[in-house]
Amino acid sequence: MGKVIVVTSGKGGVGKTTTAAAMAAGLALRGHKTVVIDFDVGLRNLDLIMGCERRVVFDFINVINGDAKLNQALIKDKRLDKLFIFPTSQTRDKDALKREGVDKVMDELRGEFDYILCDSPAGIEHGALTALYHADHAVIVTNPEISSVRDSDRILGMLASKSRRAERNEPPVAEHLLLTRYSPDRVARGEMLSIDDVKEILSVRILGIIPESETVLRASNTGTPVILDPTSPAGRAYEDAVARFLGEQRELRFAKPERRGFIRALFGRTP
Amino acid sequence: MRLFEFLFPRAPSASIAKERLQLVLAHERAGRDGPDFLQDLQRDLLRIVQKYVEASDDAIEVRLGRNGGASVLEINVELPRPARTTRPRTALSSL
Repeated sequence: MGKVIVVTSGKGGVGKTTTAAAMAAGLALRGHKTVVIDFDVGLRNLDLIMGCERRVVFDFINVINGDAKLNQALIKDKRLDKLFIFPTSQTRDKDALKREGVDKVMDELRGEFDYILCDSPAGIEHGALTALYHADHAVIVTNPEISSVRDSDRILGMLASKSRRAERNEPPVAEHLLLTRYSPDRVARGEMLSIDDVKEILSVRILGIIPESETVLRASNTGTPVILDPTSPAGRAYEDAVARFLGEQRELRFAKPERRGFIRALFGRTP
Repeated sequence: MRLFEFLFPRAPSASIAKERLQLVLAHERAGRDGPDFLQDLQRDLLRIVQKYVEASDDAIEVRLGRNGGASVLEINVELPRPARTTRPRTALSSL
């Protein structure tokens, strides 16, 4: 049976879709048959980040309504053999993801895939709750910034009360904290919450630190999961996160500022 | 430029952020995990108070907080006009 991982945050714009795309690609690179699902009904974007926007024919809602079979809607990634993308619909009806329909699709996916990544919409409305409902694992994407941390806390509360595991009194959803857009230099200067601050406040185990990096925008510009960019520090950080998710021990990179020359330390900011 | 920050240092804002977050989250978590009876209690208390004095519908605030290891039920009653006492608020009865 496949494992369901929800990528969620409460707050928007913190890097959920970037993370879902990178982790899905990372799991597929490691040989696991993986599907990544866009739950953001009405605001389809995972297809762009994955670079398959021109190959979308059928979507999540078509499958739920019985207008298409699951296999017709799944898009096979052109770079990775084991990776599939399940796009959402652009309908304006936000409640189109009907509970029974989603249940049936998730059951079917669990039978076919090792990992099912659910890219959650922002907020705590129907879409976000539907995305987290089936989760076995949750990756909480958080920026080291107060509103993001507060919203993450809220989503942790939802996972503990509104997930299927909570409803059925099963062991709780496994929570993993991923701190994105992290700037070790600003942390060192006391301008940004540190990884330890956020960990202490949310009491969730750390899956990884993704450093603020220009390469993330380049990856989304070109429709490539950033983990596939060998020159990207963020990509390396996502590799570490995927390895940790699979149970490997990895040293926490990007937590401390890089050593720099005296002059740059005095005058320079991070490029 | 960092040189000027060195000459005119600012208080690090991250520690302020942490403190504010810890405060607000403590409050929000207490409300979230707290029992559901608070609203009913508030309504019943209001009915009783209104039996004796003319109090508006938002005159009572009921909150469940924490003080050290103990849960504290905080009930604030705002009386309409200074009756006999000089302090318009009665507060804090422990659970």
